[in-house]
Amino acid sequence: MFKFLLTKLAMIVPTFIGVTIASFAFIRLLPGDPILLMAGERGVTPERREELEAIMGFDRLLWDQYFSFLGDLLQGDLGVSIVTKAPVLGEFLARFPATIELSVIAIIFAIAIGLPAGVIAAVRRGTIFDHTVMGCSLTGYSMPIFWWGLLLIIFFSGILEWTPVSGRISFLFYFEPVTGFMLIDSLLADQPGAFKSAVLHLILPAVVLGTIPLAVIARQTRSSMMEVLSEDYVRTARAKGLSPLRVVGVHALRNALITVVTVIGLQVGVLLAGAILTETIFAWPGIGKWMIDSIFRRDYPAVQGGLLLIASIVMIVNLIVDLTYGLINPSIRHE
Amino acid sequence: MAIDIIYKHNNHPAMSQPGGSIMKARLIAAAAIALFATTVQAKTLVFCSEGSPEGFTPSLYTAGTTFDASSRQIYNKLVEFEIGATQIIPGLADSWEVSDDGLQYTFKLRKGVKFHSTKNFTPSRDFNADDVLFSFERQFSKSHPYHMVSGGNYEYFNGMSMPDLLKQVSKVDDYTVRFTLKRPEAPMIANLAMDFASIHSAEYAQKMAAAGTMDSFDQNPIGTGPFKMIAYQKDAFIRYKAHPEFFRGKAAIDDLVFAITPDASVRYQKLRAGECHVMPYPNPADIEAMRTDPKVNLMSQEGLNVGYLAYNVLVAPFDNPRVRKALNKAINKDAIIDAVFQGAGKVAKNPIPPTIWSYNEATVDDGYDPAAAKAALAAEGVEGLKMKVWAMPVQRPYNPNARRMAELIQADFSKVGVEVEIVTYEWGEYLKRSKAKDRDGAVLLGWTGDNGDPDNFLAVLLGCDGVGGSNRAHWCHKPFEDLIQKAKLVSDPAERIRLYEQAQIEFKKQAPWATIAHSIVFKPVRKEVTGFKIDPFGGHSFYGVDLK
Repeated sequence: MFKFLLTKLAMIVPTFIGVTIASFAFIRLLPGDPILLMAGERGVTPERREELEAIMGFDRLLWDQYFSFLGDLLQGDLGVSIVTKAPVLGEFLARFPATIELSVIAIIFAIAIGLPAGVIAAVRRGTIFDHTVMGCSLTGYSMPIFWWGLLLIIFFSGILEWTPVSGRISFLFYFEPVTGFMLIDSLLADQPGAFKSAVLHLILPAVVLGTIPLAVIARQTRSSMMEVLSEDYVRTARAKGLSPLRVVGVHALRNALITVVTVIGLQVGVLLAGAILTETIFAWPGIGKWMIDSIFRRDYPAVQGGLLLIASIVMIVNLIVDLTYGLINPSIRHE
Repeated sequence: MAIDIIYKHNNHPAMSQPGGSIMKARLIAAAAIALFATTVQAKTLVFCSEGSPEGFTPSLYTAGTTFDASSRQIYNKLVEFEIGATQIIPGLADSWEVSDDGLQYTFKLRKGVKFHSTKNFTPSRDFNADDVLFSFERQFSKSHPYHMVSGGNYEYFNGMSMPDLLKQVSKVDDYTVRFTLKRPEAPMIANLAMDFASIHSAEYAQKMAAAGTMDSFDQNPIGTGPFKMIAYQKDAFIRYKAHPEFFRGKAAIDDLVFAITPDASVRYQKLRAGECHVMPYPNPADIEAMRTDPKVNLMSQEGLNVGYLAYNVLVAPFDNPRVRKALNKAINKDAIIDAVFQGAGKVAKNPIPPTIWSYNEATVDDGYDPAAAKAALAAEGVEGLKMKVWAMPVQRPYNPNARRMAELIQADFSKVGVEVEIVTYEWGEYLKRSKAKDRDGAVLLGWTGDNGDPDNFLAVLLGCDGVGGSNRAHWCHKPFEDLIQKAKLVSDPAERIRLYEQAQIEFKKQAPWATIAHSIVFKPVRKEVTGFKIDPFGGHSFYGVDLK
């Protein structure tokens, strides 16, 4: 297991270096530059342009800029946003808890519904339940997030008035953030109704963000379970007279979970990508919206820093997923 | 504490919100307590703003979103635009005098003006000349200790040519300051009413410098304006409280909240649900629904902008004014207003919008007449003309869909035998390439006014200095140039009006642009909101606004 862990950790280093190059290059490969965008229709004189380039460090050679980015990075410094003039790491961390909170609730929602739906669909293959689950998951997977979000807002907030339209909590409540996680902060704030308001605000964005992962998990669980259920050992377990619940829940599901866990791990990237749209629709103050704004403003330090941090998170989650395989399937950790 | 919070906000629209039943029960309890209390009910107005501000020091930034969150609530200027108008009124200056040679502007400052008190700062003195000097010297002098704080980009100060214009800003006494210019500049007063000219507290700056927290000066703003900022959570909200000692009297509302909501359709849903009272930038597609919405008062006003198609007058056959006028006659502007602006626009005939003083009502537009256009082109020997029309890749107030506009122009021009190829570039590239003197084709662009002065349109967009820059037509026409240069120097308003009216006639004769449209700005506000005025500059001010 230790060797397995070391191998996985060693693979992270070159990946991380690749990510620094990609994140540095990505924003610079896009046409347009921040100074022109900042000036807009008003334009900027060549002298002023030179002055601004010097201030922002864009007058230096690209490799020089990259190595200085890398050098600062090693000291934990991701640079300063050229738009807000605030440190990139601080900007990211101020918004990150909101994204984490939304993503965690969204993935819990997706697993809580997707996993049992996929299992039941596999067990009751060919029934109306199976067709319904597969039909719904295909619809959910194909649904554009933007449209789906607006549809839910109009129906649940506009017509039924069950949920608030957007934001993280009603403006009735105000308290200094302690953890940055609204569910926790609203409990700590000890203001009656604050927690309920935070929960109500979380429902629609979590459903919207969780829809695609839910669909993927349901489909993957179904196909994986179907494969396992046709294995000899499952037939043997049934022949031994074990209860159907035990056969499916213990013997089949554990093996089927290996592929499902892989899919869940991959969904972290999907969640972070989906968060960009979901956060924009629901005015959710997370990193997705911040990244979009930074890309449009060609805020080089913010985009490269943000991309690097997001990529690092995806790498860490995938490492955890790899390690989880070892727990689920002992043969992997012994390889 | 909980009861206090609910009680304080019991006029809040979110009381009609989902989950409000518990709130209502608590409200009854709170109301019972309130019977014995002497506190006055607090009024909270929620504005669903479209984005986060870049920061809170207006001189460092250029976005309207930033000015809404900073200068328009927190700060004052020496002179200001009357809310909802382009007229200049006294701000922190009581009065001012301009010397006969137009080189010295002397301002008498208002006495007894209080800065905000917050948890970070309690002012020990009233506003005075030191604050004015600090606010301008920070931008003007590269050796000023605050010049490079927060990046040191003063784009508006530079964009309005202040470094070339200002010779000195000096303190005559505690309540008198003098601006000395290098050359006369009639729009100077209007420039000083712009957001970058907001006045900051020099005492607060000194305190932050002494504490070694100069960055904090720009993040935790202190001003003299009607609202003080008390909390900001990035991309979520900004909270303000009314400044009790505001020199024009305390605002009618007690609390102001900016609920940052980037999507226009969601903003409208929030407005309908009572989660906000005022929203900016509605979706054109939602306008019809808003008109008939019983909860919404849809306000509208012509915007301070112009959208145009600039020919390149340095390239044949567009160097011939008769060809340009013929092409102008081929454009069906009414169809553009319907299809591109969805009715939310007005055909433009002059290069300045009708909301700006000196707008010349008497000029005659090159009306839509394809037959006459075709004949005029033939008379000039223009046959089989092929040209490019540049379409912006972004949505702007003066042009909500440049691609669609270009397609309509393409169809119109084809009717008079002119073949159009539509080209576009990424926005930064578009702005850069469209400046080139050898640019191939006519470019769609526009302008939103900064200070309500005609000079801000005519000199910037059509003056000889702008050729190869902001003058996209590259049109340098001496009779026009003489008129606008003279208008810069004279301070008599009537004479300036006459000169600018004449300049508009010259413009129409020469037609370097096809003037397309001025947009109409829509502002949906809830019916219980009173006193809100649409700002011609596109901003949002909440002083004078109340809730029924």
